[in-house]
Amino acid sequence: MKRTAKVISMALAATMVFSTSAMAAETFIIGGIGPTTGAAASYGTSVKQGAEIAIAEINGAGGVTVGDTTYELALEWADDEASEDKAPQAYNTVMDAGANAIMGCVTSGACIAITSQTYQDGILQITPSGSAEGCIENDNAFRICFSDPEQGVAMADYMVETMGISKIAVIYNVADEYSSGIQEAFEAEVAAKGGEIVASEAFQTNDVDFNAQLTSIKNTDAEAIYVPAYYQDATYITKQAGELGMSLPFYGSDGWDGVLGTVTDASTVEGVIFTSPFCASVEDEKVVAFVSAYEEAYGATPDQFAADAYDCVYTFKAAMEQAGSIESEDMIAAMPEISVSGQTGDPITFDAAGAAVKDVKFVTIKDGAYTFVE
Amino acid sequence: MKKYGKQILYMVIAVGAYAAVMLLVNMGLLSRQMTSLIIPVCMNIILAVSLCLVVGFLGELSLGHAAFMSIGAYSGALVLKSGLPVVVSLPLAVLVGGCCAAVLGFVVGIPVLRLKGDYLAIVTLAFGEIIKSVFNAATPITGGAGGMKKIPAVTTYKNFTFVYILMLLVILLVSYLVNSRHGRAICAIRDNYIAAETIGIKVSRFKTMAFVISAFMAGMGGVIYAGNIGILKPVNFDYNTSIEILVMVVLGGMGNITGSIIAALLLTVLPEMLRGLSNYRMLVYAVVLIAMMLFNNSPMKRILVEKKNMRQAAKIQ
Repeated sequence: MKRTAKVISMALAATMVFSTSAMAAETFIIGGIGPTTGAAASYGTSVKQGAEIAIAEINGAGGVTVGDTTYELALEWADDEASEDKAPQAYNTVMDAGANAIMGCVTSGACIAITSQTYQDGILQITPSGSAEGCIENDNAFRICFSDPEQGVAMADYMVETMGISKIAVIYNVADEYSSGIQEAFEAEVAAKGGEIVASEAFQTNDVDFNAQLTSIKNTDAEAIYVPAYYQDATYITKQAGELGMSLPFYGSDGWDGVLGTVTDASTVEGVIFTSPFCASVEDEKVVAFVSAYEEAYGATPDQFAADAYDCVYTFKAAMEQAGSIESEDMIAAMPEISVSGQTGDPITFDAAGAAVKDVKFVTIKDGAYTFVE
Repeated sequence: MKKYGKQILYMVIAVGAYAAVMLLVNMGLLSRQMTSLIIPVCMNIILAVSLCLVVGFLGELSLGHAAFMSIGAYSGALVLKSGLPVVVSLPLAVLVGGCCAAVLGFVVGIPVLRLKGDYLAIVTLAFGEIIKSVFNAATPITGGAGGMKKIPAVTTYKNFTFVYILMLLVILLVSYLVNSRHGRAICAIRDNYIAAETIGIKVSRFKTMAFVISAFMAGMGGVIYAGNIGILKPVNFDYNTSIEILVMVVLGGMGNITGSIIAALLLTVLPEMLRGLSNYRMLVYAVVLIAMMLFNNSPMKRILVEKKNMRQAAKIQ
């Protein structure tokens, strides 16, 4: 018994020695906020894991050097359950832990719930995936992903100008901010470019039967169907369209990422085109390195949330280096000057409003695999 | 002196709690996490005590409390956004929020309260879903699924005094009501519906009264919520929220105001205290909840309560 105690105490002493040596470098704490429990847990988990990959990479390469100090990055994560009521507590928890900058929140509503507090505290806040307009209203807040309207506008331009489609039908989720936000901007842009929305069909969250919407589209002279929604909805819609004998081409938003994992027959989604900032299966050196590191660590393929978070961490690094300081005030001032070479864009820069400026990419499904549209 | 002893004790507790919170906040001894919990705790106490009136004293199971809360929140938020100075807009918002909820409570109460027990529970549940759909659909006013945004943050911990006074008023109102003539009538309806009717108590009138008062206070709680979070989304007022409030009431012991207060405090703070457990947090929270419910129903607690009563009886003798 005595011996066991001795061994344990020696082991403890050893860990203390090691941990103090590891603490020698200064630490820059990134306060991450997002859902790791609840219905939206997969998004928060992806963001957390994507950020951890980037942090491990940066620390492995010697950390971030600001002036004559080297900082190691660390992630302090707080779960907000994607809920507006829990987000302020989560934010204050990471602030208690000494966060130097905020990565979050993952979902738009929760993000908006903390913006006034982060603004008062004057801390640099970058949301990897909060796509609603209100997320970056204040000067201290920035965003990595596309906003909802940006995606709608980009797809409208692509369909009308590049593909030459003039009569378009839309199916969207009226109870979802993301879906209805894209739909609004899309329809306005199509009209502005001289196209015509021949049908605009709404559905609700958790709907599984889309025959009514598809039948009424079938009775129009639509040349294509645009579905700004999540991949679960897209799975049902494409399958039921096939059963109705419809062969109209489908276009989608970045929520379609992951649709190949849920369809029973990949031919139902063959040839669809959707906007997505990230595609895990492209043969790009940087993407391959990220995907293989992620797969090794977590046994799963990274989605665009993970890629956004990865870029978010590199944005913090770039802001620290550009500012030559880890004070939020200096980093915020440096944000418009930085350029990040990331997974979701190369380069990513930030405009005066705080939104990321990067090319919209179009992904298509060819032979049952995602590829970028040439 | 003896008669007022309990009241004096409660007053000391109320003032003491206020002083303690103010002292901790102003001296900077409270962590930011705990500071951000002050208002949610007060809000949950308001909601739990108001639901306690319907579930605990009237004895009817209502699963639509979040709906009343949401009506108060949305209508109060409109007042808060009107641009009036906070001194005017905040009390006005609380009043408007409460009244809107009360009016709806009345409208819903008339047909609904003719039902009893399970039927009433189901109908209030459906009512909550209707309200949620209406808020989702009325996009020009409520912002639809994206939510109503940019609500001025007026009920933060800096306005603790106002929220605390409101909370005390709610507690006082409910505790005086249940000890009054009307309250006895309400309890009589719970204990024996037929007997109450035979002695001339107008059952549906008292039921509606309790329901409307409860809705009024839930609406006020909703305004506190709106001013604290700054964004209102219909999904946050679904039946889960109603159940959460109900859990506080049940855990506190049905018809026990002090119990409801303690349960609201505990259930708001507990998930935050468990953050150290990261992903197991909600699991542990659920287990703790089960344990507390079991304890509440266990013979051990009954023995403890009996012992306390015996001691008091001995003192009186």
